[in-house]
Amino acid sequence: MRYLPKSPAERALMLSAIGAGSIDELFAPIPAQFRLNRDLAIPPQMAESEIVDWFRARAAENATGYDILLGAGAYHHYRPLVIDALISRGEWFTAYTPYQPEIAQGTLQAIFEFQTMICELTGMEVANASMYDGSTGAAEAVMMAMRITGRHSAILARSVHPEYREVIATYAKYQGLPLTEAAFTANGRVDLAALDAAITPETACVLIQSPNFFGTIEDVAAVADVVHAKGALLVVSIAEALSLGIVRPPTEADIVSLEAQSFGVPLSYGGPYAGVIATREKFVRQIPGRLAGQTTDRNGKRGFVLTLSTREQHIRREKATSNICTNQALIALMVNIYMDVYGRLGIRELAEQNLAKAAYARKTFGTKAKILFDGAPRFNEFVLQTSQDAYEISHRLASKNKIIGGFPLRKFYPELGNAAVWCATELTSRAAIDVAASEVSA
Amino acid sequence: MAYPPEFKYTKEHEWLAVENTTGTIGITDHAQSSLGDIVFVELPKVGTELTAGKTFGTVESVKAVSDLFAPVSGTVIAINEELATSPEKVNTAPHAAWMVKITLSNPAEIGALLSVADYEKFIAEEQ
Amino acid sequence: MSDKNIRKVTTHISQNEGLIFEHSSPGKKAYRLRSLDVPEVDATAELGDALRTESAALPEVSEIEIIRHFTRLSTWNYAIDHGMYPLGSCTMKYNPRVNEVVARLDGIAGAHPYQPEQNSQGALRIMKALADQLIEITGMDAITLQPAAGAHGELTGILLMRAYLESQGNPRKKVLIPDSAHGTNPATAAMVGYQVENLRSDNRGMVDLAALEAQMNEDVAGLMLTNPNTLGIFDDQIACIAKILHRKGGLLYMDGANMNALVAKARPGDFGVDMMHLNLHKTFSTPHGGGGPGCGPVACKKELEPFLPKPIVVETTDGTLRLDYDRPQSIGRVRAFFGNFGMHVRALAYIMANGPDGLRQTTEDAVLNANYLRKKLEGTFDLPYSTPTMHEVVFSDKLQSKLGIKTGDIAKRLIDYGFHPYTVSFPLVVSGALMIEPTESEPLEELDLFVDAMKSIAQEAIDTPELVKNAPHSTRLSRLDETAAARKPILRWKAGTK
Repeated sequence: MRYLPKSPAERALMLSAIGAGSIDELFAPIPAQFRLNRDLAIPPQMAESEIVDWFRARAAENATGYDILLGAGAYHHYRPLVIDALISRGEWFTAYTPYQPEIAQGTLQAIFEFQTMICELTGMEVANASMYDGSTGAAEAVMMAMRITGRHSAILARSVHPEYREVIATYAKYQGLPLTEAAFTANGRVDLAALDAAITPETACVLIQSPNFFGTIEDVAAVADVVHAKGALLVVSIAEALSLGIVRPPTEADIVSLEAQSFGVPLSYGGPYAGVIATREKFVRQIPGRLAGQTTDRNGKRGFVLTLSTREQHIRREKATSNICTNQALIALMVNIYMDVYGRLGIRELAEQNLAKAAYARKTFGTKAKILFDGAPRFNEFVLQTSQDAYEISHRLASKNKIIGGFPLRKFYPELGNAAVWCATELTSRAAIDVAASEVSA
Repeated sequence: MAYPPEFKYTKEHEWLAVENTTGTIGITDHAQSSLGDIVFVELPKVGTELTAGKTFGTVESVKAVSDLFAPVSGTVIAINEELATSPEKVNTAPHAAWMVKITLSNPAEIGALLSVADYEKFIAEEQ
Repeated sequence: MSDKNIRKVTTHISQNEGLIFEHSSPGKKAYRLRSLDVPEVDATAELGDALRTESAALPEVSEIEIIRHFTRLSTWNYAIDHGMYPLGSCTMKYNPRVNEVVARLDGIAGAHPYQPEQNSQGALRIMKALADQLIEITGMDAITLQPAAGAHGELTGILLMRAYLESQGNPRKKVLIPDSAHGTNPATAAMVGYQVENLRSDNRGMVDLAALEAQMNEDVAGLMLTNPNTLGIFDDQIACIAKILHRKGGLLYMDGANMNALVAKARPGDFGVDMMHLNLHKTFSTPHGGGGPGCGPVACKKELEPFLPKPIVVETTDGTLRLDYDRPQSIGRVRAFFGNFGMHVRALAYIMANGPDGLRQTTEDAVLNANYLRKKLEGTFDLPYSTPTMHEVVFSDKLQSKLGIKTGDIAKRLIDYGFHPYTVSFPLVVSGALMIEPTESEPLEELDLFVDAMKSIAQEAIDTPELVKNAPHSTRLSRLDETAAARKPILRWKAGTK
């Protein structure tokens, strides 16, 4: 088999060096009744070209080359080509976790740069080396707030991504953490009065998302005032990282949980993505996940190491801040490169383009159907309410026009009826918006 | 390093200095030397009730975390704030770098602790 | 010492490269956007108070500087493409290139997770094929591909355990975990609200059956077992272990980190395991990427199937695939979307490239390689357990520590010989452990070089111990101050600092 660098002669040599008569002897520790004496019932070995053909056929069964007017937590942005050119180097993608810093300075320095840029974007003082994704990051941020405050319940805004809330519910269930929901108002933002009434002395944190699932930007400062007045922490989840190019960062938050997928990470049917947790320095020992820190070596040269490891599972075991081991290093590297390509000015310019596209889309769709939540600012997503069923519109756009339309909201927000959340990014052409809008009036 | 004869000791390598009803607690030279470079000390808040034999905080080196066990019961009246910025003092002067001061709630518990001679014998046997 | 004769790729020692911010200068750019085909908008008018007034201080550099920066940094990394990582239980095997190509195909890399199911049949078919094949490989009945990593899979597995037991009337209070277990195991159990109780190993390095029998009662939800364990030892009492648990209504969870010793040779489902996670980034060749992403599918027996995270990919009567969300007993989601799909693609490509015979040969070579190293190094290093081992072996530094040399020192000296260190000081049951797993990807030549290097270091420990104690000597940086990094953490760059 072509991945195995052994000849039959070498195997024989090795067996004889070991003093074993056959390879079977080395499997003798497995009781005979459990040793397989048949082939696994999986397809036979395939040639490399056959494998590529098989996956090409699968790729063709997926929408390819469609216009994508869909966000809802996964955003279609342009991926600069240097990203794959660089991360395809074996030294990046076949490297291990940087536990041996002398031979992993590449990975460690890249993580340190990543942490720095996330701080700059989010307005927080410290950021980790990434969590699995935005949904688990949000769950971990809520757990973190619980540890910091010693309080055992949390309030989640209903305008937070529904699947994020489902994940938090799963994590919370067995940690004895009751969760309550905070409603949204007619302008799409969290209901401050209802929130205020819901916070109790047992509330560890309030979680909001901004821009939220409807694309609406929350009034983070106002929410923070309400939350902090009652001694709870504010956790802000951000699913569309590019919004930070033009939207003010949530500096009043205590913990920010970011999904970095927008920054050069392929959509890839939902993963791998990269979450990040960023927070204030005073909470650093409660942060889950890996952290890269600067130090010097014995000759005084600057270098980087994984640090504050005593928070983690391999040392603290059952008392760890989390069980997380893996981070999303290679994805964080993509994000790092993306942020370098666009840089300080490019991220803003790109965000401005997204704003312009979404504004045009709202205006165009708005002539055909009702745009909801007009009373508050939005970034690149908005909610459209139609007379026709949103799933039918979606289906038609895909089959007839090769357009992936908005995310139907009925399943999670039945009170909104035939509504869907649509997205327009720098990759959404005016033509695609015009075509999509022409279909919704039908 | 010599072990102060006026201190009492535990098998978990804590020391206790008593003055009237106030107890001062730290970790021994043996403890700091096995832990290596100490990077962080996690202490309870003033007012916390300590119970003899139960953990009251942790001390961290780069690669390990060790629990701190209360030698006797009492209420925390002071914590050594210096250790927050200079945890290395526990390494360089373990018998001076106190961690918490408590008001003893049950002075009779002192009787169960080790004298300096017993402690030195204990650590010699542990090797 | 004959390092002059050892010609191996090492990390670059003279390449210097600062932080990307140190290359930044206002006005440099590496991008050019297309012109807008829609009217511009006034951001202030659009956003009002929500407008960002100060841009984030991201670097301003050109494209060539980015290419050079990350190329130079990459030369500081050791990687599988250079040579062996003998890290125990990490299974650092070759990351096949076909995996990378198929993962990047347009319809696969560009698929939005929420695009209509009718337009996602390819993605669903990939997930179904992987699911079915992993079920066959593990000998289980059902599987979820949703968990993002091994620890995430463990969490899912223990959540399944708890959900199942709750449905039986009593979730119970404790989980038993062997003293040789990876730290994620107890951390996971705690996250699911279980107390952790340690289970002793016996002097053969296996589960102490008498202890298990004594500790197993109706308060114990189950046992988290790695088999082979972190000593590389296959616990041949496994049928008995399963029986002891099942008799009292408990479940057997297997940490699948060491599946590289079992694939195509034995199946956990056959020897009594109720649920287990797999590490696609270990056994199934998906790349480590410097620390992730991983992927940790969880396979289970049919009693546990109703509790799996939703959705599950199911086949309809007309042969199309759909996502089934109608699962009332599901523990819910452990992640948004469907899991690390990009890793599903890569793992499936790996299984396809191997087929049943390739997988079997792979496992055999993995065990052969580890046993070869064991044979060649025993005598030079202390072997704490004489029990046969499979795909990995654990030595101790007992002989060398008498000379003042510890496992960490030997590991650092190994770097000078062009190898990444083995796993140091783990598992905790062995004092001064050297945990070695070569994987099947190592040619005999690399194994012999490793043996020579280790023997040479053992000799140095006697003749020139300072050389070992102060290693590595051949890297650009040496012995970074981890104490300072932890006492005064510097976790980001700030303008005006060095």
